[in-house]
Formats: sequence, structure tokens, C-alpha cells
Amino acid sequence: MAKTNLQILSGEVLDEGTEITLAQLCHTCSVQAETIEVMVEHGILEPVGTRSHHWCFPANSIKRMRIALRLQRDLDVNLAGAALALELLERIDQLHAQLRVIDAR
Amino acid sequence: MEYKDYYQIMGVSRDATQDEIKRAYRKLARKYHPDVSKELDAEERFKEVGEANEVLKDPEKRAAYDQLGANWKAGQDFRPPPDWDAGFEFRGGGYTHAGAEDHSAFFEDLFGRGYAEPAGGTRRTFHMRGEDHHAKVLIDLEDSYTGATRTITLRVPELTDDGHVTLRNRNINLRIPKGIKPGQQIRLTEQGAPGMGNAKPGDLYLEVEFRKHPYYRVDGSDVYLDLPIAPWEAALGATVKVPTLSGVIDLKVPANSNQGRKLRLKGRGLPGKEPGEMYIVMQITLPPADSDAAKALYKQMEDQLAFNPRAKLGVS
Repeated sequence: MAKTNLQILSGEVLDEGTEITLAQLCHTCSVQAETIEVMVEHGILEPVGTRSHHWCFPANSIKRMRIALRLQRDLDVNLAGAALALELLERIDQLHAQLRVIDAR
Repeated sequence: MEYKDYYQIMGVSRDATQDEIKRAYRKLARKYHPDVSKELDAEERFKEVGEANEVLKDPEKRAAYDQLGANWKAGQDFRPPPDWDAGFEFRGGGYTHAGAEDHSAFFEDLFGRGYAEPAGGTRRTFHMRGEDHHAKVLIDLEDSYTGATRTITLRVPELTDDGHVTLRNRNINLRIPKGIKPGQQIRLTEQGAPGMGNAKPGDLYLEVEFRKHPYYRVDGSDVYLDLPIAPWEAALGATVKVPTLSGVIDLKVPANSNQGRKLRLKGRGLPGKEPGEMYIVMQITLPPADSDAAKALYKQMEDQLAFNPRAKLGVS
């Protein structure tokens, strides 16, 4: 295979402590601010800060938001259902992680 | 081209009612939704079920599909008969949903190709930031521990000149940040979709997952290793060689260690502001009693040790 010289890309790690702005979240999930407000009302997203125009969100909101949007689109669940599904999915992930530690043989 | 049995995919009979089809679809969609399902082929199955539903939920497409006859077997080589769809209104491509790149050649030959919907209003704006792209990448634990540069292949949907959506392989050379944990994201500025006009491209978000390691397990930034030890090493104590992410070390196994005992190596997990720990979990491994000598040794233990492993259960 021909060896191509690709530029090396360095990125920024979004960890638990990273926050993104409302505008960034809107852009990255291709939604309007109103959609995000509704997600906040249902507890799918939890903003940091009080006034909606200055909201910031923990970086894992991107993942939660995208899953909620897909569940809504593909399975016709409403937002309350998506919120419940997200919570259960996170519980399952935690349990799987524990299970991997206890018993991987 | 392979024939697809949409009824088989949906698990319904050929004379199922529209309501039965709807119910079957909902059930399967929940089961195989890639965000929900843990099955390995969930995404493929989900697309397959979506395609079957696209045909069977629409009475007209279903009637046209039924007309092909019931004698075809799934996977059988198939060519649509000439003019097979004459008289049906979907003729000439009646497919409307986005995500059309997901459909099989079988579907496209019958019902036409989908067209990507122009994203809301972007066509009219001349300067607009490109879309952000999202992808998952699999990396090795060792690469997170030391930091590394790796070439990663992403599949990027792309609009062709005639409006079709195709998937293109894109290679990127990614610097894997030292200490990145599973589930974390890396944001690569301006590596998403190109912008319109003079506007900047969107960003690329990569969600990191780790490949399964043959012997280490990762929980957050902690790393676990099962260490097999012999019964006498556990009982008498020993110094044994143990692989860690920073190389082989000599580990002191304390005397009278029991099965499952955890030893912590401080700060030898994934590096970071608060480095993770490494845990060594003792797995006592019995030598097989496959020779007279081995059997004699076990017998000697039985005779000479007053040991009841079931004392806590109140039985002997």
C-alpha cells in the first residue's frame, strides 16, 4: 500500500470537566436552541448556569442529546421515554463495566 | 443481486395484516436499535428491518413486492422481471426518507434510489459553517497509556454530484492523547464537513472506545489484571513477575492470600491529573492431579490438614 503522508491531527479531550456552550451544542447536534430547552425541561440535559442564554453543558451532553434524538426519530418515543431509556442505558453501562471487572474470564 | 425476504426479516407471515406488521416492526426496531442493543450486528439488523418496514408498511409497495411471488428464497440470485412495477405509482423512485444510503441493492433495484434531503436551508446561505461530524474510534489500551499516533479509517457520508449519498473511507492520522479514557471524546477543530462559501468547516468529534485487551481490563482510569498464582505461592507468599503497562515488575504476594485478593499498585493505571490505579486480582490456579505424585500430594494435604472449606455453611 502506498504510504501517504497525512498531517497528524491533535485534538482536545472532552472529559467530565469540560463544558460546552449552548451554541456549540446546537451546532454539533444540528438542532435549534428550543429543542435543547425542551430536553432540559425533561431532564435529558442538565445545564450549568441559570439563564438559558448563558447555559453551558457538560461535554457528555453531546452523546446524550444524540442518543435522545435518534430514539425519538427511530422508535417514536417521546422525550419522557427517551429520558427514561437514557437513564436505564447508563445504568446498564455501569453494570457492564462492573461485570467486566468482576468476571472477565 | 440477492433476493430479500422482507416477511422473514420481519418475522411475520405473508398474509400478516398491516397492524401485525406495524407491531412486528416496533418490536424489532426496539430490539435492534444501535443505541439500545448490545448485539454485535445490531446496526445491520436495524437497517434490514427498516428496509423491510419501508416496503411492507406501504400497501402499494407491499403489493408490488408480493407480485414477485412467494417462491423466492432469501439470498437467491434475483433479477426483477421487466416492467414488473408497471401500474404502481412509486415508479421512478418513490423513496422519501433520509438515510437512503443504507438500503440494499435489492431495494434500490425495485424501488429506486433515495436522494439526500438538503439540510434545512443550507442551500440558500452562501457562508455557513460546515456540519460537525461524529464517529467512534477503537484504540488500544497501550496507546492511551503512552500516547501514540495512529492512522484511523472513518467512513464519511458524502453527497455525489447527482445527489446520491455514498460512503467514502477517510484516513486520518490521529494523535491519541495520553491517558484518554473509554467513552471520552476528542474534538478535532475544523475536521468536519466543509463550510459553504468562506465559512469554516465543522468539527469532528471522535468518541474513544478501547479494543478488548487479552489480559488487562479497564474501568474508568483503573486497570485490572487477573494474576494466576499457584496454591503454595498464595499460602506461603512469593515474589512473582507481573506485566504492567509500564513493564514487568516483581510483585510480592503476601502469605495467606485468598482467591480474589486485590493488590493495588498506586498510580499505575491510566495517567492523568489523577492517575488511575492498577489492581492485581489473585486467581489461585490448581495444579491438575494427573500423576501419581500429584495425587499423593493432594492426598497428603487431605490427611494432614484439618481444613473444612464449607465451615461457614455449617456443613463439612
